[in-house]
Amino acid sequence: MTAPLDVSGSAQEARPESVLTGAGKAVQGRSLSRIAWMRLRRDKVALAGGITVILLVLIAIFSTPIINLIGHPPLEFHQDQIDQSTLLPKGDFGGMSGEYLLGVEPVNGRDIFSRIVAGAWISLLIGILATLVSVVIGTVMGVIAGYYGGWADQIIGRLMDVFLAFPLLVFAIALAGVIPDKGFGLEGNGLRIAMLVFIIGFFSWPSIGRIVRGQTLSLREREFVDAARSLGARNGYILFREILPNLMAPILVYATLLIPTNILFEAALSFLGVGINPPTPTWGGMLSEAVRFYTLPHFVLFPGLAIFITVLAFNLFGDGLRDAFDPRAH
Amino acid sequence: MLTYIIRRFIGAIAMLIVISMVTFGIFFVVPQWAGSTPEAMASRYVGRAATPETVHLVAQKLGFYDPVIVQYGRFAKGIVAGAEYDYGAGVEQCPAPCFGYSFISGQPVWPDLLDRMPVTFSLAIGAALLWVLGGVSVGVLSALRRGTFFDRLSMGTALAGVSLPIFFTGMLSLVVFSYGLGWTPPGGSWTDFTENPAQWAYNLLLPWITLAFLFAATYARLTRAGMLETMGEDYVRTARAKGLTERDVVVKHGLRAALTPILTLFGIDFGLLIGGAVLTETTYTLPGLGQFAILAIRNQDLPQVMGVVLFAACFVVVASLIVDLLYAWVDPRVRLS
Repeated sequence: MTAPLDVSGSAQEARPESVLTGAGKAVQGRSLSRIAWMRLRRDKVALAGGITVILLVLIAIFSTPIINLIGHPPLEFHQDQIDQSTLLPKGDFGGMSGEYLLGVEPVNGRDIFSRIVAGAWISLLIGILATLVSVVIGTVMGVIAGYYGGWADQIIGRLMDVFLAFPLLVFAIALAGVIPDKGFGLEGNGLRIAMLVFIIGFFSWPSIGRIVRGQTLSLREREFVDAARSLGARNGYILFREILPNLMAPILVYATLLIPTNILFEAALSFLGVGINPPTPTWGGMLSEAVRFYTLPHFVLFPGLAIFITVLAFNLFGDGLRDAFDPRAH
Repeated sequence: MLTYIIRRFIGAIAMLIVISMVTFGIFFVVPQWAGSTPEAMASRYVGRAATPETVHLVAQKLGFYDPVIVQYGRFAKGIVAGAEYDYGAGVEQCPAPCFGYSFISGQPVWPDLLDRMPVTFSLAIGAALLWVLGGVSVGVLSALRRGTFFDRLSMGTALAGVSLPIFFTGMLSLVVFSYGLGWTPPGGSWTDFTENPAQWAYNLLLPWITLAFLFAATYARLTRAGMLETMGEDYVRTARAKGLTERDVVVKHGLRAALTPILTLFGIDFGLLIGGAVLTETTYTLPGLGQFAILAIRNQDLPQVMGVVLFAACFVVVASLIVDLLYAWVDPRVRLS
């Protein structure tokens, strides 16, 4: 899929008089990614989403220094902030203050701000790694199905149907529930993170696989692939040098749109108590603790908003990216 | 048509077999890869208090030392013909369809599943009605008024809708409408339809709306995209040129074609929901299949978990089978290809 050149832009640079005088710039050939970037730059909403995504990633990466600087350790109890008779935070608005920016949790008084920042790390880590897993599986499967066709396509196509019709959440819950505490040379939350990445990634590859298969099918018939083949290129060369580079744009777009789905998936599993084990802070886990405290809306609100903002930012950015790469969307 | 039906039925049965294999694999093969021993697995069946000797005996009686293929055969046979579980202390009957026998609750899983079915079904059917009507009509209106304020507002709301986790919106709705304003009943309210239909609907109102909001968002986005595509087709222009009313053009020519992918999605979504609206039921503490699954996981009651997973998967297969047959009935191209 190559986009037609952005006519309005190139027409100006290729004005007849400038060609005649010979002083003007020559018509520039622009790559797909440059055209996409020009479109994206004009899309304010997508840019806002993209900037939010970058900010969130920075917060996640530097979560430890941020917490050290303006918060309290996420696992530290602050009983002095808790009214011992009601077990609720002493201060107004759930104990919000300059010291505890988003208040403290009831009962044990842990700093909500720190827990949300620390939760960003887990959420983004699992969301992005799981997406990588599904991108790898989906691309390999999609390319094989689309390029070779025939029975390989039949089998992979059926496999994708089966996966798309699976009760993912129930299966993932079951799988996450039978994971032992130790295994594959890992233990504790390290093992759980690895398993969650694998489970989420393994169940969400078909959405990418379908897109890649469709794109490969149409790329296979293109002239430049014919040209390469008639010059004697082998399948491996065609796949890696001719087809794969042209698949990068759709893969990038759908990977961006898959990340928020996977973040929601992780949050759901942690909410249900089969994701990351407490006391490690996760947004989903915080919400499941908040269930018992309906009188404290802020306790529900902040982790929920954290999920919402993150997922929305990725969705906005992904939508914008898709529009930028796909001119028909305009 | 008949060959199509037969072919589709065979496909569905093959799918069920694959699903039973995957389910079996998750519970019996994956733990072994992760280094679990037959004894460790058997201890999950008899509870934590059992002595090593009992565990070993149970593992033997339940056949955990047999090759995987033999175990799968026994498992599949149980579903079709029923099974007996001899765990040393006595023989437990599990009549067909045997979806497993829970040693913790001391009874077969199947009747438990049937008990919880009506709750989940009630939840799914009401929500589905709301989200299809709401999502499709908003999508159509947005497509027809593309670029207007209404379009931007509804698509913005839809984007927010798909970005909100249901357990968050569910909890907020409870905080605001049940505990704050007192308009709706608190979480955990459930009345059987046969007992009092009005109370049934009143209790389910909030879960219905919350669940429908999430799905309506996806359906509105899809309908809008589909409508924009079909309304640009030649046959729509032809229909207009014939002098049909705009209403006929939109409904009979535009919407009908745009609805096809939505029907497929609906089949899968509805099947998935019947199989367990886990998050909604957990948020509103409704005693349905999803809650059953979560409780089973918390109790480490593996036969129950496995039963509910298998049950859930069957619904997706059945729902997509029904949708496919409906398709073939509505659209001749499907059954002839």
